[in-house]
Amino acid sequence: MPKKLLSHWITAKNRSDLINLALLALLLLVVLPLALDIFRLNLVGKYLTFAFVAVGLVLCWGYGGILSLGQGIFFGLGGYCMAMFLKLEASDPVSTAIQSTPGIPDFMDWNQIKALPWFWEPFHSFSFTLIAVLILPTLFAYLIGVAMFKRRVGGVYFAIITQAIALILTVLIVGQQGLTGGINGITDLKTLLGWDIRTNSARYILYYINAALLLGGIVFSRWLLSSKLGLLLVALRDKEERVRFSGYDVANLKIFTFCVAALFSAVGGAMFTLQVGFMSPSFVGIVPSIEMVIFTAVGGRLSLIGAVYGALLVNFGKSYFSETFADLWLYLMGALFIGVVLFLPNGLAGLFREPRQTWLLIKHTALMLVAKLRPARLRPEGK
Amino acid sequence: MLKKEILLAIEDLTVSFDGFRAVDAVNLYVDKGEVRVIIGPNGAGKTTLLDLICGKTHASSGTIKFKNIELRDLDEHHIVRAGVGRKFQTPSIYEDLTVYQNLEVSFPRGRSAFGSLFFKRTQDVVDRVQEIAAEILLTEQLHQLAGLLSHGQKQWLEIGMLLIQNPELLMLDEPVAGMSVRERQQTAELLKRISANRSVIVIEHDMEFVRAIAHRVTVLHQGRVLMEGSMDAVQADERVIEAYLGH
Ligand SMILES: Nc1ncnc2c1ncn2[C@@H]1O[C@H](COP(=O)(O)OP(=O)(O)O)[C@@H](O)[C@H]1O
Ligand SMILES: [Mg+2]
Repeated sequence: MPKKLLSHWITAKNRSDLINLALLALLLLVVLPLALDIFRLNLVGKYLTFAFVAVGLVLCWGYGGILSLGQGIFFGLGGYCMAMFLKLEASDPVSTAIQSTPGIPDFMDWNQIKALPWFWEPFHSFSFTLIAVLILPTLFAYLIGVAMFKRRVGGVYFAIITQAIALILTVLIVGQQGLTGGINGITDLKTLLGWDIRTNSARYILYYINAALLLGGIVFSRWLLSSKLGLLLVALRDKEERVRFSGYDVANLKIFTFCVAALFSAVGGAMFTLQVGFMSPSFVGIVPSIEMVIFTAVGGRLSLIGAVYGALLVNFGKSYFSETFADLWLYLMGALFIGVVLFLPNGLAGLFREPRQTWLLIKHTALMLVAKLRPARLRPEGK
Repeated sequence: MLKKEILLAIEDLTVSFDGFRAVDAVNLYVDKGEVRVIIGPNGAGKTTLLDLICGKTHASSGTIKFKNIELRDLDEHHIVRAGVGRKFQTPSIYEDLTVYQNLEVSFPRGRSAFGSLFFKRTQDVVDRVQEIAAEILLTEQLHQLAGLLSHGQKQWLEIGMLLIQNPELLMLDEPVAGMSVRERQQTAELLKRISANRSVIVIEHDMEFVRAIAHRVTVLHQGRVLMEGSMDAVQADERVIEAYLGH
C-alpha cells in the first residue's frame, strides 16, 4: 500500500517537475519577450545570467552540501574571458589610432602599457575564447577542489576560503589596472566577430541564446541529479562517512560537483558580458558571491527551477528597491536571507510545489516586471 | 583440528591519543569464515580498534594485514574496495533516500564521479537490491524513506548496504543495541546466514546474542586483549568478571 502511494507520488512529482520546467520555458521564451520591450528584456537577460550561478549552487550547495561563497570567481573568470575577446576586437588599430600605442585596449594605453600582455594574445581567437570560458574557471575550481576536499576541508571553512579567494581575485583585478581594466572593468565592448552586440536584434538573439543555454543547463542538472551521482550527493550531505566507507573517494565526488557549478557560473558570466556589454570586478567579489547564494536560497536550494525564479525576483527587487530606498537595500537583502533561512528553508519552491501555484507566480512576476521596471537602463551599476 | 586460513592479522597495534593508549599492543587473528565477537566494558577501545582497521583512525604503530595487504598504507575507500565493510555504532543510513536507493547507492559499481554519472540501473542491480532487501527483511519497505524505518530496521539496512558490496570481512559495531528481543533473534539468524562465506567481527554487549553467534570471543580491557577463547571460557574467567564488575 504505502509502496504504491509512494511510486504514485514519485511519478506525480516528476510530472509536476516537467510542467514547471515547461512553464519556465514558456515564461522565458514567450511571455517575457512578448510582454517586455527590449531594454527590459535585456535586463531580464542579465538577471538570468545570475541564474546560471544559482542553478550550479543548487547542485553543489543544495544537493551536495558544499556551500561556496565564492561563485563570483567563476562568473567573473568566464565573463572576463569573453570581455577580453570583445575588447581586443573593439581595439583594432584603426579605431584606436589616436592612442600612443594603437591596437591595444584603451585602458592599457592610459596605463602606459606599450604592448599587449602575453596572456591577452590568445584571446584574439574566438575558438580559444570559447574554450577558455569553459575550461579556465572549471580548471581553477578543480585546483581549489583538490586543495580543499582532498584535505577534507569542508563546511564553514570551505565557505570562508572561497570568500577569501574571491576577495584576492578582486584585489588582483583592481590592482592590475593596466592588465585588467582595474575597478572599471573591461568596458566599451562593441562587436562579436563583426556583429554589433548593442543592436536590438543582437540583444534579442543573445537573450534567446542565454535562455536556451539556461534551460539546457537545467535539463542537464536534472539528468545529473537523477543519476547515481545525484543520489550520492544526497547521501554525502547526510552521512559523509557512510559514503566514504562504502568505497567512494568522497573528495572526487565533491570536486566534480564543484567543477560543474563553476562551469555553469562561467557560462553565466560570459553571457553577462555579451548582453550587458562589460565586465567588472563588482561581479567577482564577496558581495556578488553572497548575493548569488541568496538567489538560490530564496528560490529554494533544492529546486533547479526555483533558482531561476530566485535570481529573477531578488534582482528585480534589488533594482526596484535600490532606486527607491538605495541605502536600505543591503539591509533588506540581509533580512530577506535571514527570513528565508528561518521560515522558508526550501525557499519559494517550498511554497510553489504545484504547477498551478507556479503559474500564479509567473503571472505576477510578469505583471510586476511590466509595471515596475523602468526602461532604458542599460548599465544600472553605473561604472 | 583443521588448519584455518587467516584473513586478518593484527600485530602489536597501538594508537595513542595525546599519550592515552586507546588501543595498546593488540594482537588479533581472524580466520576465514570466522565470527569473532569482541566484548569489553565501555571505553575499552573496541570501536577504536574497528576505526584502525577501516582506516578512520591512523595507528601509532603495529601492522594490520588483510589478505596479506597492509591496510595501514591504504585510504579508506581502498580498504573498502579491498573487501572490508564496516557498520557504525549508531545506524548510519541515508535518511532522505528510500531503502531501495540506499542499497543501490551502495552497489559496488560506478564508484568514480563519471562512473556514477553514467551508472546504469541494469537488471543485475535491481535483482541484487531485491535479494539483499529480502535478506535483511525489508522487502516490504523497499520504497519507503529510510528515515521512517524503525531503529532495528535501520540497523539491518546498514548491514544490507555493506552486504551488497559482498565484503570478505564485515565489521559490526553493536548491531543489536536498541533492538527488541525478537529483532535480536532475527539479527542473530541473519548473521549466521551471512557469515557462511565471509568473516565477521562483531562488537556486542548482549551476552545471549554473543553466545548465539560467536565462534570465538576476544575481551578488550583498557585497550589491551584481556583474554580470548570460547564463550564459556570467557564467562568463567576471573579476570573478565573482575574487569566488568570492577569498572
Ligand atoms: N579520536 C579520539 N581522541 C581521543 N580519545 C579517543 C578518540 N577515540 C576514542 N578515544 C578514547 O578511547 C577510549 C576507547 O574508546 P572506544 O573505542 O570508543 O571504546 P568502546 O570500547 O566503548 O567502543 C575512550 O576512552 C575514548 O574516549
Ligand atoms: Mg564503542
